Amino acid sequence: MSQQSMIDRYTAGERIIHWVTAIAFVLLAASGLAFFHPSVFWLTGLLGGGTWARVLHPFVGVVMFVAFLLIAVRFRHHNVLSGNDRAWLGRIGDVIANRDAGVPPIGRYNPGQKLLFWTLLASMIVLLLSGIVLWRPYFAPSFGIGTIRLGALLHALSALALILLIIVHVYSSFWVKGSMEGMLRGKVTRAWAKAHHPQWYEATRK
Amino acid sequence: MALQSLDIVRRSATTTPSPAAREQPRVAKLLDASRCIGCKACQVACMEWNDLRGEVGHNVGVYDNPADLDEHTWTLMRFAEVEPEGGNLEWLIRKDGCMHCADPGCLKACPAPGAIVQYSNGIVDFHQENCIGCGYCIAGCPFNIPRISTKDRKAYKCTLCSDRVAVGLEPACVKTCPTGAIVFGTKDDMIHHAEGRIADLKERGYQNAGLYDPQGVGGTHVMYVLPHADTPEAYSGLPKEPAIAASVAAWKGPLKPVGMALLGLTALGAFLHYLKYGRKEVEEEAEAATGRGQRGEV
Repeated sequence: MSQQSMIDRYTAGERIIHWVTAIAFVLLAASGLAFFHPSVFWLTGLLGGGTWARVLHPFVGVVMFVAFLLIAVRFRHHNVLSGNDRAWLGRIGDVIANRDAGVPPIGRYNPGQKLLFWTLLASMIVLLLSGIVLWRPYFAPSFGIGTIRLGALLHALSALALILLIIVHVYSSFWVKGSMEGMLRGKVTRAWAKAHHPQWYEATRK
Repeated sequence: MALQSLDIVRRSATTTPSPAAREQPRVAKLLDASRCIGCKACQVACMEWNDLRGEVGHNVGVYDNPADLDEHTWTLMRFAEVEPEGGNLEWLIRKDGCMHCADPGCLKACPAPGAIVQYSNGIVDFHQENCIGCGYCIAGCPFNIPRISTKDRKAYKCTLCSDRVAVGLEPACVKTCPTGAIVFGTKDDMIHHAEGRIADLKERGYQNAGLYDPQGVGGTHVMYVLPHADTPEAYSGLPKEPAIAASVAAWKGPLKPVGMALLGLTALGAFLHYLKYGRKEVEEEAEAATGRGQRGEV
């Protein structure tokens, strides 16, 4: 596709911060699942073994939280549910089945992406707070045992929710052909924009 | 240390069976609070046998010394001045340390394969070389026993002298106790011994005397004879009905398989979606129609 038919979707800075979050997520999910279920304890190898994974996991967690917070601040106004979003969600079955004709036009992000955005933010806040409670040797000793136990449960629950959402997120970027290029090289085709985010496409033409 | 790996029946973060070719008789240590004089010989014997030397601390105004369990202090005399009946002061002394639960919360919570093991004789042991220092054992323990070393970040606690027991010796604290307040043998024998002690105490007016072998953790391999078994809390906070906390049971119980299954099904669902519907592709004509270059390259 020629350069003229491409439009900018993400700046280099936005892409870098996205991929910092993504790499941190992979390391966290691998080591976190290793602590969660013995069948995947070998995933601690990714961070250099059990003890290293225990040491590094919380620091990588802070990196992911801060990186995602930067994304959240930058993109929050694009993720407010509005306009045709409710109507679009009503046609979610057609969207999933690739029957996109007649689905209400939406803006820069579709309501599915917006809901993902807010649930990711919520789960990361819970992960940060419960993670601090569990963080040895620095913070855990200053919390009561009941708080630590609750923190462990909440950390596991919110992490499962986060990983599940990211599986959906990653698959969607493959499913909607052309999306991955947007986050890798920053540009999408006009046709992609017109087909998937028509209101945003119109806005970029003005 | 695993002197007898054949005798390990349960291993942390391990889902396959442990060796089961042979089985040892269940053992137990019985601590008779009515016979304990608080001399701390057991603390000294524990330090001696296990070769542990803590930092010399400070007197904090009570007899408990050191003030708490730590990586060098696997057993600790705790002293409580209480009035079980109005105006009747009693000095309740309890030897604190790992209770060696039949259903150990530490082992259930531990994420590191083989860092915590349970022998067929009932002893629960930490294998520090496999410990990653996460502290989940602390969250799992209903008795507040494991301590993480400030030096090496590994968890430590009483081993019930698993090394001595493995070669037919009694634990060091039992060996040294000058009043016979600590006895060791098979669990059945210890329960039988306790019954005699309890009958004796009741005869002497301790109507609430009883055996502390809490069933909420499946029973323990360290048991107490308590003159006031109706209020174990009076003995420096010995929990009345200890059990693995509901949050820990959920986190390290059903959530594990359910959580993993949920993630697997989500990934499978994504793949099935691809097989059925395929990718959302923008048609080439649409590309051409919107493209300003109109060169037709895709």
